[in-house]
Amino acid sequence: MYSFSNKLRLGAIILMILGALGVGYSFYSVPSSTDEVKEMMSHNTEHNGDLAKKEATHNVEADTHTTEVNVDSEAKHLEHAFHAMQNRPWSAAFIAMFFFFMIALGTLAFYAIQYVSQAGWSIVLFRVMESITAYLLPGSLFIFGFLIISAMHGNHLYVWMNPDLYNPQSEHYDPILMGKSWWLNTPFWMIRSFIFLFGWNLYRYISRKNSLLQDTATDLVHYKKNFKASVFFLLFFVVSESMMSWDWIMSLTPHWQSTLFGWYVFATLFVSSITVIAMVTIYLRHRGFLPHVNDSHLHDLAKFMFGFSIFWTYLWFSQFMLIWYANMPEETAYFIPRLLGPYQVLFIGMLVSNFVFPILVLMNSDYKRLPWFIISTGVIILLGHYVDIYVMVTPATVGNHWQIGIPEISPMLFFLGLFVYVVFNALTKAPLHAKGNPFMKESEHYHY
Amino acid sequence: MSSTTIQAIFDDDDVLLSAVKDLKAANYHIEEVFTPFPVHGLEKAAGLENTRIAIMSFIYGVIGLSFSVWMMNYMMIQDWPQNIGGKPSFSFAENMPAFVPIMFELTVFFAAHLMVITFYMRSKLWPFKEAENPDVRTTDDHFMVEVSTSNDVKALEDLLNKVGAKEIKTKA
Repeated sequence: MYSFSNKLRLGAIILMILGALGVGYSFYSVPSSTDEVKEMMSHNTEHNGDLAKKEATHNVEADTHTTEVNVDSEAKHLEHAFHAMQNRPWSAAFIAMFFFFMIALGTLAFYAIQYVSQAGWSIVLFRVMESITAYLLPGSLFIFGFLIISAMHGNHLYVWMNPDLYNPQSEHYDPILMGKSWWLNTPFWMIRSFIFLFGWNLYRYISRKNSLLQDTATDLVHYKKNFKASVFFLLFFVVSESMMSWDWIMSLTPHWQSTLFGWYVFATLFVSSITVIAMVTIYLRHRGFLPHVNDSHLHDLAKFMFGFSIFWTYLWFSQFMLIWYANMPEETAYFIPRLLGPYQVLFIGMLVSNFVFPILVLMNSDYKRLPWFIISTGVIILLGHYVDIYVMVTPATVGNHWQIGIPEISPMLFFLGLFVYVVFNALTKAPLHAKGNPFMKESEHYHY
Repeated sequence: MSSTTIQAIFDDDDVLLSAVKDLKAANYHIEEVFTPFPVHGLEKAAGLENTRIAIMSFIYGVIGLSFSVWMMNYMMIQDWPQNIGGKPSFSFAENMPAFVPIMFELTVFFAAHLMVITFYMRSKLWPFKEAENPDVRTTDDHFMVEVSTSNDVKALEDLLNKVGAKEIKTKA
């Protein structure tokens, strides 16, 4: 039985408090009108000049700059900067809540795959995975709350929610979005999101319950139930995960589309999840709570980290190259701010940390068995994929004038604290050895 | 003092594996093991050195990558620059994404083919080579261990019988 160490609990709570204060501060310091923006800008001339320069290459969605008289353009510019500043804390909070949510979701998918493939090696890690997926419910509640606020126009991250876009009389009328509105309309979008979140949480509830019951059972009935539930969950997951990524992330730039996007997001969430499983496992083993986990189990997890880092790059490149090669304006719009614009440093940097670094460091098979090696590589991979989500979201919401400050760091700290608290609290709830699983013996003796 | 080589036949891979471990524990020198399929863990039990082919594979891959970079640069940038799809055709860096599939494929191609050739050379295999198996059954469902000893042959044979050998004979 694991007991939550006081140091870790205190650390998690401090992170949450610090994060919550920071998030509160960043929402508080958002200007409430364009006049305030004007004042803020005049205080900082360098900042202003920078923004004015950016004006020339503006390309935030639903923003149609045409040739106008200077006064008008100045007002528009202020309006624009105002919206970007308003969006910034929302956008940063969404990135953080989605990142930790997707780790729980990816772990759930990995867990279901172990059941469906009847894998023998991973059973000693089942309770670790189950505890990570314990974050799914709180994560889902945060996400759903965020989606409701967005749908009620509490923020303007999803520009396609503006009703003017679908009014032929309005100057903002957008025939492209009109054509997409059968799918991309707020009620249907909310219903879909609810179904996805409900389905994932339902599987998590059922599988955890059966897994605990199997510990004391004399037959395999709970195991068999879990096997069936996992099959249906995976069928549901591959479709719903794709749609979730269109709805929650791709629709931030509603004119742009990529058929690969769902898989790309999947690769990100999967590699992050496996990394977190490995890190939590190493921590617990180091503290002596997982006596049956041997180096071969770590080796396999590290192999997955290595393999899915390459898989991620493969999808990243597949999406990029076709758009780069075809060079159609409506498609390249996505890559202009990211590859050539102000996000270039992050965009290229994440390729290094998510591909070049893991492939070189984790290639040697001996290194995959060194705990400190896996931990330090894992930290780089997780940071890289955090940047990945950041670069998916921020160009569409904050625009070209990005920076990393309190609004970006605080929600990350808050959700990290919450994640650690929920996961390690869940670990104390059940024995760490899923002794009822029929493959347990094989897993204990697993040797590569 | 001449040494004698004993050939022992086994008919189960698990028995073979434990027999090899027992022989090693008794300090016998195992010259060769013939199996119809790879037996998991046998190379460690028999005390073979780790293969270095993984390192060669990495080097071959790097050679393939370098070759493809040179090749694409020569073909598409220097020798006959072509304007395909309106891409800038006089710069390797700006055309690089289009070359990535070729770079990837040639990396794999070099690593795979050169690794196989290396393996053949190290194992002294070539087309039309006579098979070296001492017993054709080791290509079907039997396993053979060759153990050499310079002292007590009888003790070795007793040990082999004890660990489950089906047939024991002295190598001619």
